[in-house]
Amino acid sequence: MSVPSSGPAILVQGLTKSFGEVRALRGIDLTVPRGTVLGVLGPNGAGKTTAVRILTTLLRPDGGRAIVEGYDVVSHAAAVRRTIGLSGQSAAIQEELTGRENLELVGRLYHLSWPNARTRAAELLEQFDLSDAANRAAKTYSGGMQRRLDLAASLVGRPKVLFLDEPTTGLDPRSRLGMWEIIRSLVAGGTTLLLTTQYLDEADELADQIVVIDHGQVIAAGTSEELKGRVGGDVLEFTVPDRNRVSDAAEAIARIGEGEPHVDKETGVINVGVGGRGSEALVEAVRSLDGASVQTQGLALRRPSLDDVFLALTGHAAEEDEPGGGKRGKRRGRRSGGSDAEKAVSS
Amino acid sequence: MTAVAPAAGAAAPFVPSGPSLLTRAHWAVIDTLTITRRNLLVWMRVPAYIMFTVIQPVMFVLLFRYVFGGAIAVPGVKGGYVNFLLPGIIGQTAAFATFGTAIALAQELQKGVIDRLKSMPMARSAVLAGRLVADTIRMFITIVIVVGVGYLVGFRFENGVGLAIGMIVLATVFGLAICCISAYTGLAIGDEESVQAFGLVWLFPLTFLSSAFVPIQSMPGWLQAFANNQPVTYVINVMRSMALGGPIAADLWKSIAWLAGIFIVFAPLAVRAYKRAS
Repeated sequence: MSVPSSGPAILVQGLTKSFGEVRALRGIDLTVPRGTVLGVLGPNGAGKTTAVRILTTLLRPDGGRAIVEGYDVVSHAAAVRRTIGLSGQSAAIQEELTGRENLELVGRLYHLSWPNARTRAAELLEQFDLSDAANRAAKTYSGGMQRRLDLAASLVGRPKVLFLDEPTTGLDPRSRLGMWEIIRSLVAGGTTLLLTTQYLDEADELADQIVVIDHGQVIAAGTSEELKGRVGGDVLEFTVPDRNRVSDAAEAIARIGEGEPHVDKETGVINVGVGGRGSEALVEAVRSLDGASVQTQGLALRRPSLDDVFLALTGHAAEEDEPGGGKRGKRRGRRSGGSDAEKAVSS
Repeated sequence: MTAVAPAAGAAAPFVPSGPSLLTRAHWAVIDTLTITRRNLLVWMRVPAYIMFTVIQPVMFVLLFRYVFGGAIAVPGVKGGYVNFLLPGIIGQTAAFATFGTAIALAQELQKGVIDRLKSMPMARSAVLAGRLVADTIRMFITIVIVVGVGYLVGFRFENGVGLAIGMIVLATVFGLAICCISAYTGLAIGDEESVQAFGLVWLFPLTFLSSAFVPIQSMPGWLQAFANNQPVTYVINVMRSMALGGPIAADLWKSIAWLAGIFIVFAPLAVRAYKRAS
């Protein structure tokens, strides 16, 4: 179309950004081919939003470069803004105005004529199932409807590259599924999408490629299947109802798994990667748990989830991370698994 | 996929020739008007905003006219306290209207509206300019309403139509100057509640410790020293002289100097805070 370049839609090399002492990005590389979906996965404070803010020209990087649709985000910020759409973590709509007014306003700011702004708003309201609510103030909308309106607003200018920063955070499960469906249909229309999320199932569901970010670095990249493969086969998981016996149970199965079992003391859930020897490990686990006379619930083998991947890569579960950057340094050294994983992907 | 050959994708980015300065100025004006229209629409939709900007000043007029007014002596003022009061209340109203500016900008910042607008191919100056234009229009409407209510309770311009208009213009320019300060505080603080609290801390003393509601001679000496030498007093003295007659020139020059100073300092600060805001 207007840019005949055959390069990727998004290219990021060695991007760094610090806020005072906090190193939000420590040199990340990304490539997103046109028409594909990249899921950027990481806990709160990992640097996802910082990366999106740089790519959408809201923030200047300290080092490295970022190219969107062939334009450098620093030197050609205005051109980048003409090709992108952004929908952030909170619904950036004017709640006092109606859905229609919100979209018409955005249309006008994209310099559409009034008739065109009206037509475009009506199209999007229809597409996002908001026609019935079009003339109501947006503050009367449900959370899911507000997000849909916000997403619709980011599409008014028909962006080639869309950035969705945690598009379903805070939504109820039904609205989440609805959002996923809408995102899938957008992607089917050829839009390149960069999506950040804390939800591992969301990346699994929507993304062609996934990068895992932790502490401002890419610690793993690949397809969902590739990442799951890194956990090394199946995961054995069960719950110990008696919280006092959790550590006994962990000890009992310690020799069965490949690597240390992960124990959640609060919920009593224990899981451990068992590689390719699934059924054999299952039988052994039953025997040794029985031998230690630990009662369990729901002992089963399952395919690894991205939660397991995150755990294997970082040594902590994604949800364990608290927002903000205060205690980052401490956590880094908690388990050596994290730094091994970093070495593995940096090559 | 992170493994990117250094040269990949570096293929000379297509560089569009930027639009001409004239085109950009044209769109900056259009974008400002679009944002202005949005802000005025929002204002009309929220009963609390109407309450804050229209009903509250009217209540102040009635309160001071009928409750406190009887106890406040204003020797030598033609028409008595109601005439003394109105220019003061208009100045206070213009200053307090800028609470709305600070709060609205802080809200937009918090909610990510400013981020969204900044990521769009619109003139970046339009968000701030549109806010100031809309709030000035809003302020002007409020001033006209207060003058109307003033007429109902006995206020009269005593110095001709020209100077009456001059007074309203000066009040509006004064309000716009305070608006720049408020815009800066709203963007720099960026949190609605703090902005509101901070607004009270500086706007209350500045407007009440002035000649707005009572003759300064009635204050204790140490307070007179402040009240006599602060910009709100200069501006309100000029407004009062324009409305009722009396010497204008001396305080007018001081007012102009102060207002110019406020614009020169706070307009760039507000722009800088807007650029940095995130």
